[in-house]
Amino acid sequence: MNEKRKIRVATCSLAGCFGCHMSLLDIDEKLFDLLGVIEFDRTPFTDIKHCGPCDIGIVEGGVSNAENVHVLKEFRENCKVLVAIGACAITGGVPALRNNIDLWDCFQEVYLYEGGLEGNQIPNDPELPLPFDKVYPIYEVVKVDYFLPGCPPSADTIWKFLTDLIEGREPKLDYEMLHYD
Amino acid sequence: MGALVMSKAITIDGKSVSFIDGQTIMDAALAAGVYIPHLCHNPEFEPHGNCKLCIVSVNGRNMTACTMPAAEDMVVASNTPELDSDRQALVQMLFVEGNHICPACEASGNCQLQAAAYYLKMLSPHFMHFYPPREVDASHPDIFLDLNRCILCELCVRASREVDGKNVFGISGRGIGTHLVVNAASGRLGDTNFAVTDRAAQVCPTGAILIKRQGYKIPIGQRTFDHKKISEVQMEPVKRTEPEHE
Amino acid sequence: MEPHEFPHIEQQLAPVFERHGCEANQLLKILREVQEIFHFVPPAAITCVASHLGVPRTQVEGVAGFYFFLSLKSVGKYRLLFSDNVTDQMQGNPELMQYFCHKLWLEPGKVSEDNLLSVDSTSCTGMCDQGPAALVNGWPLTNLDRDRLDLIAELIHDKKPVCDWPSMLFEVKDNIRRAGTLLGEPFKPGAAIRATLDRGSAATLMEMEASGLRGRGGAGFSVARKWSLCRAAAGDHHYIVCNADEGEPGTFKDRVLLNSYADLICEGMTVGARIVGATQGFLYLRGEYRHLLKKLEEVLARRRATGLLGRSILGETGFDFDIEIHLGAGSYICGEESALIESLEGKRGRPRNRPPFPVTHGYLDQPTVVDNVETLACAARIALQGGEWFAAIGTTQSTGSKILSIAGDCARPGIYEYPFGITLHEILGDCGAEDPYAVQVSGPSGTLVSSKEFDRRISFEDLPTAGAFTVFKRGRDILQVVQNFAHFFAHESCGFCTPCRVGTQLQKKIVDKITHGHGTVYDLEELKHVGHIMQSMSHCGLGHTAANPVLDMLEKFPDAYEHKLKNFAFEPVFDLDGALETARNITGRDDAWAHLS
Repeated sequence: MNEKRKIRVATCSLAGCFGCHMSLLDIDEKLFDLLGVIEFDRTPFTDIKHCGPCDIGIVEGGVSNAENVHVLKEFRENCKVLVAIGACAITGGVPALRNNIDLWDCFQEVYLYEGGLEGNQIPNDPELPLPFDKVYPIYEVVKVDYFLPGCPPSADTIWKFLTDLIEGREPKLDYEMLHYD
Repeated sequence: MGALVMSKAITIDGKSVSFIDGQTIMDAALAAGVYIPHLCHNPEFEPHGNCKLCIVSVNGRNMTACTMPAAEDMVVASNTPELDSDRQALVQMLFVEGNHICPACEASGNCQLQAAAYYLKMLSPHFMHFYPPREVDASHPDIFLDLNRCILCELCVRASREVDGKNVFGISGRGIGTHLVVNAASGRLGDTNFAVTDRAAQVCPTGAILIKRQGYKIPIGQRTFDHKKISEVQMEPVKRTEPEHE
Repeated sequence: MEPHEFPHIEQQLAPVFERHGCEANQLLKILREVQEIFHFVPPAAITCVASHLGVPRTQVEGVAGFYFFLSLKSVGKYRLLFSDNVTDQMQGNPELMQYFCHKLWLEPGKVSEDNLLSVDSTSCTGMCDQGPAALVNGWPLTNLDRDRLDLIAELIHDKKPVCDWPSMLFEVKDNIRRAGTLLGEPFKPGAAIRATLDRGSAATLMEMEASGLRGRGGAGFSVARKWSLCRAAAGDHHYIVCNADEGEPGTFKDRVLLNSYADLICEGMTVGARIVGATQGFLYLRGEYRHLLKKLEEVLARRRATGLLGRSILGETGFDFDIEIHLGAGSYICGEESALIESLEGKRGRPRNRPPFPVTHGYLDQPTVVDNVETLACAARIALQGGEWFAAIGTTQSTGSKILSIAGDCARPGIYEYPFGITLHEILGDCGAEDPYAVQVSGPSGTLVSSKEFDRRISFEDLPTAGAFTVFKRGRDILQVVQNFAHFFAHESCGFCTPCRVGTQLQKKIVDKITHGHGTVYDLEELKHVGHIMQSMSHCGLGHTAANPVLDMLEKFPDAYEHKLKNFAFEPVFDLDGALETARNITGRDDAWAHLS
């Protein structure tokens, strides 16, 4: 028998706090089991900058700016299965608290009144990702195949979800694993 | 036992459930320990019937269990994949209609909207978010009113009217603009006679009405719905209130 | 506005309170007058009215915030509301509204800086046969064009009171094109009451039964059965209500009946009152038909003077009955009978939980019959001419005739009365429809019929209708029609139940997305999903039918939307590039990274 091809996984954090990634690392020694069957493409762990063809893409965080869209679309185009992980990817989450604040008010508060930059000016460098008027969940921008809620989902929940997915089962969460907080 | 008493019965999901005249399908079900999902219903108050989670199929027709009087020979289906799927869609509608950011909400873990969503295995709100601009009113010394989380169940309206005798709350606007109002020309809760001891301060199923300085006394993870399903909690004979630790 | 801006509000409202008394069920009437005095309902008035009626402030604010013709913010001395029914739209109303706003430097929905004028759109005003139409301070303007709007702009500029505007602006024609037994035969006021008294109530009820008369409002409930149930119901008082809240877009037949056949309607109510034992009747007139109020009051006064209303009608001791007109304030849902009763009681127009039904627990919890205008007119004819005569017209299951309000793409829009069972083909021929492609039968809540189905028949067993018949010729954009209807339902949902309140919004947003060329197959599935939830989970008929136009289009008119769809499986819910516009403006950026395709 040939050795089974490893499942290629990419992850990223858009408008999120990396908490979901931290929770993934919290599976501790099971990481070794996991790395026996998967290999990472683009993730914050590998420092690969662009996502190549993958089996699973895991996206943390909501869509807050133009760069988020570029990354998200790259994931969608390259990953056979796209997973939204955490409250932000699924509902906008904590960053979406800004959705009721006018963007102009935000910019004024940060850059004009508080003197964040020398000379009180609003930055306009093309290298800076331009923010949307609101923060959106990723499923409003691309088609998402699976949702794994939680803020963050616990390590056990992530482990259960990933093992189901990797072993070809429909991921199923018990009552205590389903959380929005 | 009781063979001489003429008891009337309906069938819910194949189980015979007895009722007395004047009881709704919901009353009969709750008394018999049969759970029908609901959010705007609380047996303490007049049934309202607007969340529509408790819709059941009665002899093939959809009816609102909390307002429909039970009648002999009703064959009720409630716990079906079709109805639960439709109920999940209703909960998803409530989520996208307001601004429900669970990780940033004091009520998380005690919230019935969230618990109903857990019960119905909701993984995402599915629909496009409305992110409506809504107000937070912190004018009252003891209570926050956060309209971002209001689901228009009118439990506070009913509690204030029926139990507290105060009419602190009402509903204005229409359609998607329907919203909770308070009984003050200023529109501020702090200018009403609302008191933290009012029943209306205890009945909000979400975090729209929050008692100040209680928020994180009980940590996330140890709250009502963290380990118990809403079906168990809403079926408990003793009414659920916010934990009262001092 | 602060309360101190109205220091004399008590005195200002005193005559209003004097007229209406201090019963809580007078609330809507009082608020209508408050709106007229101040051009909105100021917070100070809410407080004042609440204290006068002894009700919570929240209740007054709740009612003031519900009806479209009442407003919690100032709408100016002149409020011009353009009818946005699909026929008005086809006749160019959106462009006219734009022209008018542009001319006067106005933004729709906002009041002018001098607080003189505001312009907005409103749901169908029932002038589809003589549009484009609008309302100015509640009075109907018909046959609008740029010349007329120029004149109106001048009148407003000169601050001329609306009552002094040239009458030709307000001309409303009946446009009866085809009269049958109901509209065509002469009727002598009092004749049906006389016949009822001679025959007796029970026997007249049997005539109703024999006639097979079913409600003309759309649902088609047996009139004899409704009246019997109410007659048998225990109560201190019984009431009969004429539902003249004709709000279904595309319908205007009741406007004509009320204008020219008011005696027949009153007579039907009086016969009904005799049978169910009512001493008080109400005519719930939609706010848009306020121009008919004076004429209707005159008819009532004449009938009182001639012994056809009031005490001892036609000399019959103990037969006391009178009719009061109640004016609506801009709410489609009040056409639903239990919402109408709530509105009659001065409340928000939200449909009640049923059972109990109005026949046993209606107005003020008393047994109440609510019947459509046309139904009551039919009842008067039946009382006079007998059930058998009526049953001989139409089909077995749909007896009698039906009045249609025909508008849209046809040479002769107006009122047409046909025996039930008439085919769409025949109707389209009569009204001069040129190359008809689709017909909306019974308005947005009814059925969108394609040209393949023009041999279908107007009847309860095939195509039931409350009267609207809107014709679309080949080349009309059906997607645009459906978009108009989706917006209508989203605007008129009362907001009570979750599926309708949220579902009508979702439906509107998804249809808009497809219209703007951003839809995909996924969105079509979403429309079906949302439609299913509204149909199966809503509280009342509005929600149950709100998906009809969309679902009909998906099933019968693929050509209307398929070319608009994107060729891939999924398209973002919102306009990505558009959502960056604010930040582009703030930063002044326009580089490649500041855009998304």
